[in-house]
Amino acid sequence: MNAPQPTTATMTQQRPAPANGDFTTALKDAGLATLVTFGLSIPILSFRTDQSQANELYLRPRWGLVLVACALVFALRFVLRLYGVRWAAARQVARSRKEAIRTTTEKPRGLAHRLLALAVPVFLGVALAFPLLSYFAAGGLTESRYWVDLGILILTYVMLGWGLNIVVGLAGLLDLGYVAFYAVGAYSYALLSTTFGLSFWICLPVAGILAAFWGILLGFPVLRLRGDYLAIVTLAFGEIIRLVLINWVELTNGGAGITSIPRVSFFGVPFTNEEGGFASLFGLEFSPMHRVIFLYYLILGLALLTNFVTLRLRRLPVGRAWEALREDEIACRSLGINTRNTKLTAFALGAMFGGIAGSFFAVRQGFVSPESFNFLESATILAIVVLGGMGSQVGVAVAAVLMVGGPEMLRNLGFLKAVFGEGFDPNEYRLLLFGLAMVAMMVWRPRGLISHREPSVALGVRKAISGALVKEGHG
Amino acid sequence: MEVFAQQLINGLTLGSIYGLIAIGYTMVFGIIGMVNFAHGDVFMLSAFIALIFFLILTTWLGISSVALALLLVLVIGMLLTSLWGWAIERVAYRPLRGSFRLAPLISAIGVSIFLSNFVQVAQGARNKPIPPMVRDVVVLFERDGYAVALSYKQIIIMVTTAALLAAFWYVVQKTPLGRAQRACEQDRKMAALLGIDVDKTISMTFVMGAALAAVAGTMYLLYYGVVSFNDGFVPGVKAFTAAVLGGIGSLPGAVLGGLIIGLIETLWSAYFSIEYKDVAAFSILAIVLIFMPSGILGRPEVEKV
Repeated sequence: MNAPQPTTATMTQQRPAPANGDFTTALKDAGLATLVTFGLSIPILSFRTDQSQANELYLRPRWGLVLVACALVFALRFVLRLYGVRWAAARQVARSRKEAIRTTTEKPRGLAHRLLALAVPVFLGVALAFPLLSYFAAGGLTESRYWVDLGILILTYVMLGWGLNIVVGLAGLLDLGYVAFYAVGAYSYALLSTTFGLSFWICLPVAGILAAFWGILLGFPVLRLRGDYLAIVTLAFGEIIRLVLINWVELTNGGAGITSIPRVSFFGVPFTNEEGGFASLFGLEFSPMHRVIFLYYLILGLALLTNFVTLRLRRLPVGRAWEALREDEIACRSLGINTRNTKLTAFALGAMFGGIAGSFFAVRQGFVSPESFNFLESATILAIVVLGGMGSQVGVAVAAVLMVGGPEMLRNLGFLKAVFGEGFDPNEYRLLLFGLAMVAMMVWRPRGLISHREPSVALGVRKAISGALVKEGHG
Repeated sequence: MEVFAQQLINGLTLGSIYGLIAIGYTMVFGIIGMVNFAHGDVFMLSAFIALIFFLILTTWLGISSVALALLLVLVIGMLLTSLWGWAIERVAYRPLRGSFRLAPLISAIGVSIFLSNFVQVAQGARNKPIPPMVRDVVVLFERDGYAVALSYKQIIIMVTTAALLAAFWYVVQKTPLGRAQRACEQDRKMAALLGIDVDKTISMTFVMGAALAAVAGTMYLLYYGVVSFNDGFVPGVKAFTAAVLGGIGSLPGAVLGGLIIGLIETLWSAYFSIEYKDVAAFSILAIVLIFMPSGILGRPEVEKV
């Protein structure tokens, strides 16, 4: 059932497309789309339910909004139909040709490939210099805080994406509850530091180990499950952890969360404005930004550590076993690979990095609550991995910048208020557009941004293959 | 005993709603092997459509007969939600057919996020309560001052569920459309070769699933009298749990799974703790899957080399 179905795919592609540039066809098509939009918007957009003083609902018609939506869809569809068809067809041909070449030639050396080789050092350089860049761009240490915070947020997701990539991208196990391990890490640090007063530097590895144990604990019973069953059970585990965090009030303080978690220290030196603090130790003028910038480099280091470990592991027998497991589980078993241990190591390592990222999250926020660990987080991380191209480390980083940085940019669109009126808040549409972008990106590039693979280990010449030839695993 | 009987009735009512949603999951999974993550939000959307049409019918058109209003709401809701189901499949899933397995899943999660936030932006984030439509109850028996009551609402929900299930069962088993659906489920390539319009059949599957979700949404509104934009996720996950529990791909399995999940949830709330009812439902799912990976009525998965 899960296997790609070539006939239906080709059938949809080869359906006789209307003559290109045909004005009436495009008009008809756009009219139809508009009609559907009108139907879709009938009750939900055209009437707004509001509560009156007496707490009773009343309806407020908003046909103007429906008109705008219909006009928008009409224009979009018309333009796409008129000019999009030829472009899409040309791209399709070019792509299929390219894929064919890629799988047969020895060394693909296209422009994209060369850009990709450049991408890694450029990315690393920008990431390393980012606080400096934002310092000059924003014109001051305190002013650059927003940008450095955004950088920290993106890097957290890069690290989570790389962690999940071990489970989903390499071992091919679909995990929809990754946020559970993030939560375990965050609560480990929060609880250990507030109750036992342990320092962050002790808790960081402890949180990773605890999360790895949880990974094994949750991974063990689901070993036999495959495909979407595994997805739904991991989703259920994620929800269970969140619900327990909400309801076990004695331990976790329930929905209110744990507050006043100790801040990070510079390997024991606190970031305070006192004698013996970070600023006085290095003879600097005190600024709260020191801590933020230190956090930035901390998460950058942790993310790079994740990346380094993953890249190294891929060359080890266990990493090769993961990829073999993803390609064909039955063949793996026949060749004597211990699939149980292989799956468990993938779960445990993925969970460990999730837990480390979680304890970083806790120390950065100084506050954890169960609401930070909902399904949306899991979905975002998974979307980053899939959009990145499943198994491609650079792809994950690019996807994290797009998926986390993109919606964040909506906050800066204050000028739209001038267009749509004072009541317009672009932030309200953040998740709506996020959802739309997820659909659009999948339709546009189902194989992710970086859709070709270099082999981890090769005998002689390395042959990159198209991502379409990489399996996605049964589990 | 009385408490148990009452909880049994409540559980079966809740289970009927879950069962209706679960059918949408199970049919889609059976035919294209994807988890339609947005289905829970389609259900929530349909509850909003029902809410708005109920308000239009009662306050603007002045229909005083609740039965007539409910029937009209049900029919309109099914039509409009079907249109949503069709449009979602056309825009978000059809271009990805034949692509690799995770792409439609991510796309579906995207649709789910879009739908719940679309409703939030369009209708506001607050809960939307409506006055109870049906208040009457039938007292089945009474002992020591504790009455076991079956409300008209519950009767309506169970009867509607049973009737619609029968209708859809007939469609799937006896009509050409149902035959095409079952053929596509078994082997899509072969079905296409034999002249079945696979795309149309899949579209119809989504339409049928959405229509049943609309019934569930209307019943949910009738039962609880309140709906909010984030009411789609948890019932959606539970309904999927129900579908998996009953054996995914099996229609009676979905209903059976729904009833079991509904019963577990209400009985757990009544006898243990209401806070952990969802934990109980999800734990049952994990346990069943571990010991019975193909569900209660599902066919065991054959491992092919």
